[in-house]
Amino acid sequence: MIPGTRSRAIVILGAGIATLLSGCSGSQSALNPAGSAADLIARLWWPTLVVASLVTMLVLALLLVAIFRAHKKGAALPLSARQSRNLVIACGIILPLAATIPFALSSFSIGREIDAPLPDGALTVEVVGKLWWWEVHYLDETGGRIATTANEIHIPVNEPVRFLLKSDNVIHSFWVPNLQGKTDMMPGRTNVTSVTANQPGIYRGQCAEYCGTQHALMAFLLVAEEPEAFEAWLEGQRQPAMEPATAQEMLGREVFLNEDCADCHAIRGTSAEGQDGPDLTHIASRRTLAAATTPNRIGHLGGWITDPQHIKPGNQMPSTELSPANLQALLSYLGSLE
Amino acid sequence: MTTKPAFSVLLMPLFFAVGCNESEVMSLPGDPAKGKMAIAAYGCGSCHAIPGILGANGRTGPPLERIAERTYLAGVLPNTPEQMMRWIRIPEAIDPLTAMPNMDVSVNDARDITAYLYTLK
Ligand code: HEC
Ligand code: HEC
Ligand SMILES: [Cu+2]
Repeated sequence: MIPGTRSRAIVILGAGIATLLSGCSGSQSALNPAGSAADLIARLWWPTLVVASLVTMLVLALLLVAIFRAHKKGAALPLSARQSRNLVIACGIILPLAATIPFALSSFSIGREIDAPLPDGALTVEVVGKLWWWEVHYLDETGGRIATTANEIHIPVNEPVRFLLKSDNVIHSFWVPNLQGKTDMMPGRTNVTSVTANQPGIYRGQCAEYCGTQHALMAFLLVAEEPEAFEAWLEGQRQPAMEPATAQEMLGREVFLNEDCADCHAIRGTSAEGQDGPDLTHIASRRTLAAATTPNRIGHLGGWITDPQHIKPGNQMPSTELSPANLQALLSYLGSLE
Repeated sequence: MTTKPAFSVLLMPLFFAVGCNESEVMSLPGDPAKGKMAIAAYGCGSCHAIPGILGANGRTGPPLERIAERTYLAGVLPNTPEQMMRWIRIPEAIDPLTAMPNMDVSVNDARDITAYLYTLK
């Protein structure tokens, strides 16, 4: 080996491993758990990785032994019938069972713990998978709707929250890797999952079941915050939309109501009651646009309204031809909907 | 031919003035690296194709490729750093008919954005 080659190889290997492991941190990683369910899942995942790696190495080692021994003439002594039987029983039955039974048991008990029923008064959030965004309803004890929003879910930390997961189109899958395990959203069914966030933070969720063209851009944010902050937020979302404060915002509302926007979008407190697109009553309070496709800034909003098919090709919002003055007014109005 | 030197002398202040102008430009140095981040944050790329900015491929506004070499900005302003900053901060005041919105861009951000846009030659 040329001097230096080995250390270079080590550096490259190290960099490779570091790159792989860097995928483990961050706001969308099952290996950086911030919630009870994700914590249990990660605790099962690491031992699985270790045992599976050991088994792989063992099998490869045996394979190498077999290959090299075959080359030594006369070295391969055939096993007796009894030895072969014992080998099959030991390596073909006992070892695999010993390796898998503990995992099956612990996976089963983790599953039960994750699915344990929640206390009656638990906060309930209904999430409906749309093409390609998420509709979110906060429900009261009787199942009535407290507030409706989209693509951004807030929950209080250290409290178990019940999620009712639905779809009125194809199958989607609800997954916030830092907090819980994937749960499918099936048309005609309600799947239930619970989420308890142990650390405040903003986590990214992603649709985990291929659902069409814009599956990849079907994400959302889950904001886990202190209970007081959460209550204040929910109270804000419950309110109807803010009244326009300036002439420009007033004109913006007119534009919204007179263009096609109101056919697809609801702004509670106005005559806009469309149901085909996200509820925009408090759009300015959200951090992102179009299912976490872009940050929610005036620039992105302007680009989205004038050319949504370029930003998220194939999505279900058409571009609307607006005069520049009407666009400016609309942006002012939407920007005021805190 | 005594008029010639006199003419040159007359022109001198003009050269100085040009020099002044330039030093004023120099006193407004923005940071192109910060400008790049500001452009991404404000979302200019949702409307403009901008070389060097990830995902900036919008079609609503004109592409900003080689914007440093354009004679006019938006067809109405001479292309100078000051005018570029004004356009970025208050486009609707300069051209009431424009579709480019006022994005509440701060002076510092506008300066950095301008510095980046002038690297596009
Ligand atoms: C044909 C129905 C339709 C029309 C008309 C329509 N939209 Fe949409 N809009 C949608 C859908 C569907 C989405 C979600 C797209 C996605 O994320 O895949 C959406 C998304 C949005 C969003 C992002 C919402 C969020 O939660 O991130 C905004 C803002 C918006 N539309 C504004 C408007 C405005 C303003 C108009 C009128 C100029 C308009 N829309 C017209 C269907 C429509
Ligand atoms: C809603 C879409 C939209 C957004 C967002 C937007 N622009 Fe523009 N921009 C336009 C349009 C449309 C024009 C053409 C305006 C005109 O000629 O009146 C333009 C023109 C320009 C020009 C002049 C281009 C030329 O060819 O002369 C510059 C420079 C510019 N924009 C920079 C920016 C920057 C920097 C941002 C982000 C801070 C931004 N724009 C955000 C729509 C937008
Ligand atoms: Cu999907």
